[in-house]
Amino acid sequence: MLARVPWALLVLIAAFFVPAAGSRFYTFVANDIVIWALFATSLNLLVGYTGLVSFGHAAYFGIGAYTTGILLKKVGLPFLLAFPAAGVVAGLCALVFGFFCVRLTRIYFAMLTLAFAQIVWAICFKWNEVTGGEQGMPDIPYPRFDVVDRIVSAVPALGSYRTSDYYYFTCLVLVALCIWALRRIVASPFGRMLTTIRENAERAEFIGVNVRRYELAAFVIAGVFAGLAGGLFGIFNRGVFPDFAYWTKSSEVLIMTLLGGMGTFYGPAIGALVLICLNQQIVSYTEYWPLILGSILVVLLFVFPGGLAGAMLALRRRLVRKTPREVQTGA
Amino acid sequence: MPDLAFVFAQSLSGLTAAMFLFLIASGLSLIFGVLRVLNFAHGTFYMLGAYSAFQIVQWIGLDGGRFWLAALGAALLIAALGGIVERVLFRHLYGKEELYQLLFTYALVLILSDVAKIIWGTQQKSVSRPPELSGAFHVFGATVPHYNLFILLLGPAIALAFWFVLQRTRAGRFIRAAALDRETLGALGVNVDGLYTWVFVLASFLGGLGGALIAPMRATTPGMDTEVIVEAFVVVVIGGLGSFWGTFLGALIYGQVLSFGILFFPRFSIFAVFALMAAVLIIRPWGLLGRPLR
Repeated sequence: MLARVPWALLVLIAAFFVPAAGSRFYTFVANDIVIWALFATSLNLLVGYTGLVSFGHAAYFGIGAYTTGILLKKVGLPFLLAFPAAGVVAGLCALVFGFFCVRLTRIYFAMLTLAFAQIVWAICFKWNEVTGGEQGMPDIPYPRFDVVDRIVSAVPALGSYRTSDYYYFTCLVLVALCIWALRRIVASPFGRMLTTIRENAERAEFIGVNVRRYELAAFVIAGVFAGLAGGLFGIFNRGVFPDFAYWTKSSEVLIMTLLGGMGTFYGPAIGALVLICLNQQIVSYTEYWPLILGSILVVLLFVFPGGLAGAMLALRRRLVRKTPREVQTGA
Repeated sequence: MPDLAFVFAQSLSGLTAAMFLFLIASGLSLIFGVLRVLNFAHGTFYMLGAYSAFQIVQWIGLDGGRFWLAALGAALLIAALGGIVERVLFRHLYGKEELYQLLFTYALVLILSDVAKIIWGTQQKSVSRPPELSGAFHVFGATVPHYNLFILLLGPAIALAFWFVLQRTRAGRFIRAAALDRETLGALGVNVDGLYTWVFVLASFLGGLGGALIAPMRATTPGMDTEVIVEAFVVVVIGGLGSFWGTFLGALIYGQVLSFGILFFPRFSIFAVFALMAAVLIIRPWGLLGRPLR
């Protein structure tokens, strides 16, 4: 049975061999993908599972990136404290912003998330003393890998790695943990209730569910994980810049989620993989990446509204001839 | 306390900015009012309007009223583009989820802004002011270019014309009816499909005109589309999505907040604008003059 194979685990194990097997460039791309996969998966909890279309998810990514960046560079905290702080601060902001957002429906919800994201962007853009303003904050230090390096060099079979490789492994482990946590959340009774709210918020209300509280909880959780992704990304990017929180970033991650397939758990991660690989390929031929991306998006919206995961599921359904219900639960 | 001339100049510049924003935001608000879609591509239509005006001026020159010809031509071009986009692509998304419609308009932003880059490059383009309006008045020690004054008069004129069309003509009645209940309107025998196309054409015309008229005041650059669309969102949200006078009021407020924000706390004027948007959404999501959606 295809569904019995622990695909996620296999992919994770394979990902560990990227630095050993590929060049420095491949490690770089893989690291980019890993972080964006978490960012997109966190958005999917809102858009795909709860049915809340946020147009300002980049705000929490940006907040996380700035939190970790400032703590590492200006305060000098170790990574082990600065990384979780990204999730905490982003989660707190999501709690405050979300408190207002979940009171609104549909288009107004999207507009208010956009407004809050633009507020975050404006603060990052102008508050020179803390955020570095328009110039951003370059030279975020890598975490220190002295101890790990000593252990690794003591075991000759492991080979030798650069700091960026160690950072890649760190990201891989942390993102895997985060995605596992999100997977558990989605599969929990709480996660099921989010899906119920997406399908019919009114009925959820009838059976005694406090819809707003559930939505707020989903908003905060999504914010926490977006913040953690941002924290990792700031270090990976060797700098934090205001456009992390700009509204175009929010639409980028929405496109990723849609490309992969909203509502399927691993869809957004696949979207991140495909989109980043495609980007790397295409920018070597042409500078007009947005044109290509826009065209992909149009094709997607008209031909494959379920995204890549949706298309694959449909293909599998045709091959295996299962009933649709079985396919959905088996995926 | 800053002197009076400065305050006067600031409020005038705020008003001028408001008139442009009104031109752009009214199209956005019209599309939202009738089609219930937020059109991200509206800012791109505005940018293309500016580029088209630049291009037409390059061909025919500025003198003897030709600038106005260029501006009108650019606006008509963008109107046609809007109509085509609606007819060929956008109409197939009407029944689908809101998110798909939003993302489609965003795809248009990506595609059209790159097309503009291919045609006009990344260098900024500027158009001179039309010679008949190149002078300036001096009022209260402030310098007001004739062109700005013209814009100040044109804004309300277009607002009135727009209001007249919406309130007093048959087409306007249909548009208002479609905003309230498109199915009933269709059942009454009105060609709702055609009406939607015309709404798109009209909205794109306003966006393109805004772009064409701003070309002599600000340099046309890539990236002006994503900037202006957020500003236009702020305006329509403050005034009320789909509300016509609300958009006018929203534009006035936005212009003043921005220009006086720069005066009193220069670094946080953008912040103030978005904070205002968030505050309006929290307190009155349907905007100052809008009506709650059913």
